[in-house]
Amino acid sequence: MTPVLDLRGIDKSFGSVQVLHDVDFVAYPGEVTALVGDNGAGKTTLVKCIGGVHDLDRGEFYFDGVPVRPRSPRDANALGIEIVHQDLALCENLDIVENMFLGRERTRGLSLDYSTMEEEATRVLSNLSVRTIGSVRRPVAALSGGQRQTVAIARAVLWDSRLVVLDEPAAALGVAQTQQVLELVRRLADKGLAVVLISHNMNDVFAVSDRIAALYLGRMAAQVRTSDITHREVVELITAGRSGKLGLRA
Amino acid sequence: MSTDTPKEQGAMKSGPVRMADADFAADRRQNDMAGALRDYWAQVRSGDLGAIPAILGIVALVALFTALRPETFLTDRNIANLFTQALPVTILAMGLVFVLLLGEIDLSAGVTSGVCAAVMAKLIVDSGQPWYVAVLGAVVTGIVIGTAIGWLVAVIRIPSFVVTLALFLGLQGITLRLVGEGGTVPVRDDVIVALANKNMPVALGWALAAACAAGYAAVQLWRWRQQHSRGLSVKPLQMVVARVAVVAAALLGGTLLLSQDRAPSPLITLAGIPWGVLLVGVLLIACTFVLGRTPYGRHVYAVGGNAEAARRAGVNVTRIRISVFMIASTLAAIAGIVAASRLNSVTPSSGAGNDLLYAVGAAVIGGTSLFGGRGKARDAVLGGLVIAIIDNGLGLLGTKAYLNFLITGSVLLLAASIDALARRRRSSAGR
Ligand SMILES: Nc1ncnc2c1ncn2[C@@H]1O[C@H](COP(=O)(O)OP(=O)(O)OP(=O)(O)O)[C@@H](O)[C@H]1O
Ligand SMILES: [Mg+2]
Repeated sequence: MTPVLDLRGIDKSFGSVQVLHDVDFVAYPGEVTALVGDNGAGKTTLVKCIGGVHDLDRGEFYFDGVPVRPRSPRDANALGIEIVHQDLALCENLDIVENMFLGRERTRGLSLDYSTMEEEATRVLSNLSVRTIGSVRRPVAALSGGQRQTVAIARAVLWDSRLVVLDEPAAALGVAQTQQVLELVRRLADKGLAVVLISHNMNDVFAVSDRIAALYLGRMAAQVRTSDITHREVVELITAGRSGKLGLRA
Repeated sequence: MSTDTPKEQGAMKSGPVRMADADFAADRRQNDMAGALRDYWAQVRSGDLGAIPAILGIVALVALFTALRPETFLTDRNIANLFTQALPVTILAMGLVFVLLLGEIDLSAGVTSGVCAAVMAKLIVDSGQPWYVAVLGAVVTGIVIGTAIGWLVAVIRIPSFVVTLALFLGLQGITLRLVGEGGTVPVRDDVIVALANKNMPVALGWALAAACAAGYAAVQLWRWRQQHSRGLSVKPLQMVVARVAVVAAALLGGTLLLSQDRAPSPLITLAGIPWGVLLVGVLLIACTFVLGRTPYGRHVYAVGGNAEAARRAGVNVTRIRISVFMIASTLAAIAGIVAASRLNSVTPSSGAGNDLLYAVGAAVIGGTSLFGGRGKARDAVLGGLVIAIIDNGLGLLGTKAYLNFLITGSVLLLAASIDALARRRRSSAGR
């Protein structure tokens, strides 16, 4: 099975600070790959490199087996990569529909096709079972943190994509909503998409993922099948970078 | 959420995934009039004032000046005068709305209008070009200046107020060079002069006003029907009708005022809508469409609201930044042409006076935020009227020049305070 996403030897520095060191990372279609690591391990940085927000310094980027190099979010979207950013990246002054279609508006002639956009947005949001959002024409500024998170997720699943990356999507969500997001993550994978889920919650990771990749101080400690690893081993990989014969060599 | 039975964590991976029922579809806002009014009131209370300050300002100022100068202020002649007085500032402000939407500023818009007017006047007077070539020359000059500002702001990343402050000085030098020290270039071309000094035939004015009102009603009602039939969230029909009625009343009322014979002597007739008002109307429709109904407009608001979010959504932020300065300078060129038409001449100080301050004031009074992300093209028209009424009224009162400066400065500060307070209110109300 060719991986949808195959990164090899990724380096990324900000000025003199190297954040990612020789990182390999794979995501397969139909699977949920959990990306774990301590705060500051470089998860978000890796995600931004995948999404074209940052340009990577060195390394190979294969998408569906083809070497590519997304240099802007638009490039990444065109490949079929959708990202739910940790800091959400919504425009507070625009309403829910406008945010979901930002950059990829539906038009009829010169004019925006609001009706179609609203219908599609409503459909996706209904599938996410969003509650108490009220009208989809409400500005995002008027939404709670969890509702914003749902809008950000809805935006990512609106498009026909091959790879969906969610950077701590459940961070601001209540119990029921978290459950729904996990169900959605699973459903996306079952549809044949490659899904990457970043989370600090080991229960969620084990409940939903097929593979686990652990970053330790900007290095990929290990990427293994979830069924081949225990809870304790993952925690050791996250905190020490190694566990038994897994992980980085000392 | 009716089917939310907690699942065992491990079972989820293999078992069929059940999604809770969508309560969302039923969770729409009330579509009745009371609900809509309640929403509107909540919106206003949370600091989203819209056109309210400008309309209150117009009413209050008209009352004030009518009381102080009952025999001159509300005459047909003065009202027509007031409209033409408002033209350059309104057009300048409409361009500034685009820049302000990004939270940027163009301090050089006023002098840009001066340079462009000088280019036009020189093309007519010195090179004997026809008016359309001269106008084209002025507009191209505006586009070039706007591109330069946009490039310095968006690519080099110099703060816009520094770039445009530098140009504010530099461009005055260019006008001075073109016009000559102490010089004046007269503008006598019939078409240019007609812009601010001649009126369209009364019948044509009525026909256009009626067509606009009917067109507006048709668009609004068609849109309402469209949304209603597709089951989308809609405003109540009464609300749409009320809005159409207000716009139609304003259009026809304005036409009625401007169709009165306002000639100083009974021997001639002087009536009709000034051509410049038509120009502002066309620009208003165009800018409203661009900002409100096109992807480009959405992107302008998005960059003004959260530039990084817009970038991540695939919006070319640099291009949007450059484009708003181009639009502002192009509209400044048009404002300069209208101002030259009104004064029949271009001088080295054209556009260097209060124009820019007035235009910024007009946009902000109309409801455009200095913090970016909020504003409409119509703000320029409403605010431009407020500014013109103040200017005109103070002229009738014969106030001293120093008082004029103080009063106009205070009005701008007041508008900016309302904007800042409304913004604080919004952020505390989470809007
Ligand atoms: N734009 C930047 N400039 C400089 N350093 C950065 C930048 N972005 C991230 N870093 C640094 O890179 C490291 C990794 O950050 P990153 O956000 O990728 O961590 P993370 O794994 O997502 O952490 P968390 O779990 O807290 O979200 C941190 O030390 C951070 O300080
Ligand atoms: Mg992170």
